[in-house]
Amino acid sequence: MTTNPTPAGSGEGGAPSTRPLPAATKVAVGVLLAIPLVALALVPTYSHETPALWGFPFFYWYQLLWVILTPLFTWSAYLVIARARRGGR
Amino acid sequence: MILADGSVNGVELGVVIFFFLVVSVGGFLAAKWRRGPNLHSLDEWGLGGRGFGTVVTWFLLGGDLYTAYTFVAVPAAMFATGAVSGFFAVPYTIVAYPIIFIFMPRMWSVAHRNGYVTVADFVRGRYDSRGLALAVAVTGILATMPYIALQLVGIQAVLDTMGLGGSGNWFVRDLPLIIAFAVLAAYTYSSGLRAPALIAFVKDLLIYIVIIVAIIYVGAKIGFGDMFTAAKTKMTTPTPTGAATGTFITNDSSYWAYGTLAFGSALALFMYPHAMTAVLSSRSRAVIRRNAAILPAYSLMLALLALLGFAAIANKTSVFGQDGTANAQLAVPHLFQQLFPSWFAGVCFAAIGIGALVPAAIMSIAAANLFTRNIYREFIKRDASPKHEAQVGKIVSLIVKFGALVFALGLDRQNAINFQLLGGVWILQTILSIVAGLYTRWFHRWALLIGWAVGMVYGTVVAYQQQVPNAKVKLVNGEPVTTVDGMRHFGSSLAKFPFTDQKVYIAVTALLLNIIVATVLTIVLRAIKAPAGVDATAADQYHSDAPDERVLVTARRETAGAEPDSPASGGR
Repeated sequence: MTTNPTPAGSGEGGAPSTRPLPAATKVAVGVLLAIPLVALALVPTYSHETPALWGFPFFYWYQLLWVILTPLFTWSAYLVIARARRGGR
Repeated sequence: MILADGSVNGVELGVVIFFFLVVSVGGFLAAKWRRGPNLHSLDEWGLGGRGFGTVVTWFLLGGDLYTAYTFVAVPAAMFATGAVSGFFAVPYTIVAYPIIFIFMPRMWSVAHRNGYVTVADFVRGRYDSRGLALAVAVTGILATMPYIALQLVGIQAVLDTMGLGGSGNWFVRDLPLIIAFAVLAAYTYSSGLRAPALIAFVKDLLIYIVIIVAIIYVGAKIGFGDMFTAAKTKMTTPTPTGAATGTFITNDSSYWAYGTLAFGSALALFMYPHAMTAVLSSRSRAVIRRNAAILPAYSLMLALLALLGFAAIANKTSVFGQDGTANAQLAVPHLFQQLFPSWFAGVCFAAIGIGALVPAAIMSIAAANLFTRNIYREFIKRDASPKHEAQVGKIVSLIVKFGALVFALGLDRQNAINFQLLGGVWILQTILSIVAGLYTRWFHRWALLIGWAVGMVYGTVVAYQQQVPNAKVKLVNGEPVTTVDGMRHFGSSLAKFPFTDQKVYIAVTALLLNIIVATVLTIVLRAIKAPAGVDATAADQYHSDAPDERVLVTARRETAGAEPDSPASGGR
């Protein structure tokens, strides 16, 4: 097939597919995306050597940890948007 | 031990040539991959038919954003001066994604609906201002050129390590680089964006293998604890002038530097034309959002690579090049040569080399798109046909690459690196027109243009004023000897924030000034009712959240014969 089956409810008019997201979804997405930004913006909170982990000073492993955590937050935000869209069917 | 006698390592060179031939053949064959009826439009040549899905976009963006320069320069900065100049790249490449998650889908939607190929196209349509679009286009091209040149600096570091960078005839010395670049130019010309998209697969595979092996090796042979101890010792040891060598962990005087470098660079990242090109070539908004979620996998790799700079410190890696001068860019290539057998060092060097070619190709295509759409068609030949546009784009991509080659061969390496920092200062000044424009048309087009100009001038002047001693370390009879030859400009991307003692990224200060000027002038211009122009975009074009059927049908028609591939809806 060349195009996706048209989602139920988004007819040829295409209105549902161009509808802005509900406010609650926007807030949830905003919070999910803001958490990693805030965590990394507060540089003094992680500028320490201890506690070290496997030889890594805190400063280094904390930021490595956020490399792994951030995709979880962005992916959750993606799922929240996807769910809101499906809810519109 | 590192050879400084100019002998060439045949095994390493053989492996590198093998991989280079593989990707070159791939680059030429890419013209046939998922292609539309012809390459005779910028949509096809410059955006790959706008049909790339999640996986291809992931490789393309990864190949695009994590360049050889990143793989060489970030660890080099870690090696030389530690966390502030090097490790900031880790938070930078993390926070970039939540930011693009928010606004890039809007850009994609409006660009798709209106057939925009570049961000300057969008600015032109949104603000009805040729001047503002020209400013955005020129800034993009300006910031891209030294970036491409820096890819070449990465390749040079590898060639030097293999014994090809020795002194002697400049033509013989630079011939490998010129050949590699000529081949790259040829397949970019014939295949367009499809070439780097295909080669990016090879590049990433190699890079992942290299970094995983390297980290396991470093953990086993050096030990992470010892690695950090060695780095701390080096960074806290004062230099002859009395200042600390570098930063091991940020402190009171470097919090703001670290934070502004990370956030400023993150904001700048997707203003670069090549990043925008990769985003616009994707098939749907969902592809972009999914990529924002999965691209940080590369940041993990980047972080581990950055730490190799510390590993080089612990391993007492020599960074003296073939010409006998110390060059921190050689830290990682030399470390690889020390740690690994020749054949695997060759794989590592191939990874770095190909990692330079992919972004160089995408960047030259992006710069060509900008020139063709926003300068050539706008100011030189207004009735250019799509076929004519594609032809101009191809030729400009050659010129851009040639310019970058001259840049890389002619300029002092240290200079090229500083121009790249300046590139970040420049490109960030377009963010207000672009990102604010995605949400509101409140800002007046003239105010944006003047704000941009003020930010550009301020940023450039302040960056120029950052003088550092022009020091060179040479190996004389086996002993390092430092010579200082006056001061040089563009010595740092950090400067004191006005009226404070805190050093911050110049780009951020310039952007604040830009925003203040644009805001004040907008209020004035709106008060005197200056003509605001006509908005060519419509509100509903910004948030079509599901894959838009009309757009997809059009895209499919344009790429008739492409592999049937349904756009995923929902969370799959």
